[in-house]
Amino acid sequence: MPQPFVIIFGKAVRSVARLRGGGSALPGLFVERISPTFVADTLSQLPKGVVVITGTNGKTTTTKMVTSLLESQGLRVFTNRTGSNFVRGVAAALLGEMNTKGKLAADIAILELDEAHAVKFTDVIAPTHSLFLNVMRDQLDRFGEIDATARLLEKVALTTTENVVLNREDNRVRNIAEKDLSAKVHYFGLGKDVRAHFPNDDELHHAPKDTGALPDAEVVLSSLAQPHATLLVDGKKHDVTLKVAGAYNIYNAAGALTLVRAILPDAPLDKLLTALEGVTPAFGRGESIMVAGQPLELVLVKNPSGFRLGLSSFPPEGYATMIAINDNYADGRDMSWLWDVNFTSLPKVDEVSGIRAYDMALRLQYDEVPVSNIEPELPRALRHFIQQAPNSPKRIYCTYTAMITLRKELAKITDVEEVS
Amino acid sequence: MSTPIAQPVRILQLYPNDMNIYGDNGNLQVLKKRLEWRGYDVEVVSYNVGDSLPMQVDIVLGGGGQDSGQAVIHADLLKIKDSIIGWAEDGVPMLAVCGLYQLFGHFFQTSEGARMEGVGIFEAETYATPERLIGNVVARNSQFGDIIGYENHSGQTYLKKGASAFARVIKGAGNNVKDGQEGARFKSTIGTYLHGSLLPKNPAIADFLIETAVTRKYGSFNEKLVDDQVAQQARRIARNRPR
Repeated sequence: MPQPFVIIFGKAVRSVARLRGGGSALPGLFVERISPTFVADTLSQLPKGVVVITGTNGKTTTTKMVTSLLESQGLRVFTNRTGSNFVRGVAAALLGEMNTKGKLAADIAILELDEAHAVKFTDVIAPTHSLFLNVMRDQLDRFGEIDATARLLEKVALTTTENVVLNREDNRVRNIAEKDLSAKVHYFGLGKDVRAHFPNDDELHHAPKDTGALPDAEVVLSSLAQPHATLLVDGKKHDVTLKVAGAYNIYNAAGALTLVRAILPDAPLDKLLTALEGVTPAFGRGESIMVAGQPLELVLVKNPSGFRLGLSSFPPEGYATMIAINDNYADGRDMSWLWDVNFTSLPKVDEVSGIRAYDMALRLQYDEVPVSNIEPELPRALRHFIQQAPNSPKRIYCTYTAMITLRKELAKITDVEEVS
Repeated sequence: MSTPIAQPVRILQLYPNDMNIYGDNGNLQVLKKRLEWRGYDVEVVSYNVGDSLPMQVDIVLGGGGQDSGQAVIHADLLKIKDSIIGWAEDGVPMLAVCGLYQLFGHFFQTSEGARMEGVGIFEAETYATPERLIGNVVARNSQFGDIIGYENHSGQTYLKKGASAFARVIKGAGNNVKDGQEGARFKSTIGTYLHGSLLPKNPAIADFLIETAVTRKYGSFNEKLVDDQVAQQARRIARNRPR
């Protein structure tokens, strides 16, 4: 049980940090310093244990789906909803949720953690269940190499005590099952009709497709015509209509469902599917905001596979398009990734912005995609983008820190859900 | 306006399946488009492990890889070594980035001390280190001016005395943490740690590779200008970004 004074001081730091409009990690840092076992002590109280969701793309939306599914079954879920997905962020989120006696009003914790932090986290506490979505090239300037990233995930799987859920279509994730895992392994997968829409990292980079036999998957996405999808659950077809947008998010719904059925084997499937249909897009993951009478969608892009899947998931016809690329630490400083994305599906781009607007415009020049305006300053670019296409729905592809700035600007002119 | 007879130019991409990290694909796209915009026909030939190597090529491109990628291609690379050396000696323009740059030297020594023999075009030796050199780079070259790129490597390369570096580092690490050299140069073959990709923001290097290839093959080169204003702006921003 954590010591009360740690919690009271931590909560005080959190209040002050929030008054200042500061980040969510500072109070977590504070608590981590004065009580290094705070996170482990608090989470080990939870009767249904701790779930870790990791992988390169889709963690936030998947976490939201898993949380909704478990809540639909009456569980009280603690989650690091803000996307501040570091141990410190978890500590900060815990402080917000617990009472001063150190009691967390939750049955289970669902945590989204990036690959490196997932390993650090599992050094502190062994997950009860874990879900592995994919391994793609993301911010290699932070993690080194993609095979090293896969090894990080293996470590997380090895420490998991009960259930490990794997994406059988991603060779680096599937191979985790070859390790000597103590947890039971479950798979989710794709039907052959939709398989071609979801290249794994090697296929994105021209390597030959896997031809080996795949393990059986408990949930398979067998057809997709957004927003409609068909899921095969233990071989039986179920048609669903989802609010979550983007092909890759819909595929991750299969992962979320597999995980929840592993945690709660007796949960009625129809109830779970209904809950899944009700999940709305997460912060910046295809969320739609009304601006001057037209919808504006924010699509977070942070690596080539995510950008490519975003472009194929959201058809450009009828939409005004803006792309905003920053290179702050949280975005990744290396701009190489833009050259691994093919932009020829875009008939034009109306506005290019962000610190690396010119890198993006240069990329589009070589794909011969016309660009109407380049404005590195995000607030000016956003105003111009909205003014020049008053009668069109709009879509902005943006990196993480660009999205934060754009949401702040949008909040000045319309209602944007506050995410603290 | 008369339509000129299309002149084909063949670009050989070495090991795109295994050595393709960090947007090296951008180098190919830039060469291809700048040739096409000047009216040349471009044929891209991909060479992967076990493929048959074309006899004649005009430009050779090789990218970076993970350690696993290097291990996969290593034996095959030694099989085609004589052809690659022959091209380098003949003045075929080649660009080898990161992983293939290392293997264009004499050897790459792993952290366990094992030596992977290289092609030996460059008088260079590379040693695995525990430190990763990552970040924006600006390097200077008398022929191309300032070169803007991004590095991400843990192998450190040392050139033998008398061997030519590609550039001198102004910001960043380059070949290693000691001597301020970046890359290597032998005739028209360039080895470098810079990606980002290299050629989009350094059109002078792209045009050098193109002009050398076309002039070798056809005796003259269509110097039609490409609009590089966006590239100039991208260079201006990148050189002032934090490491």
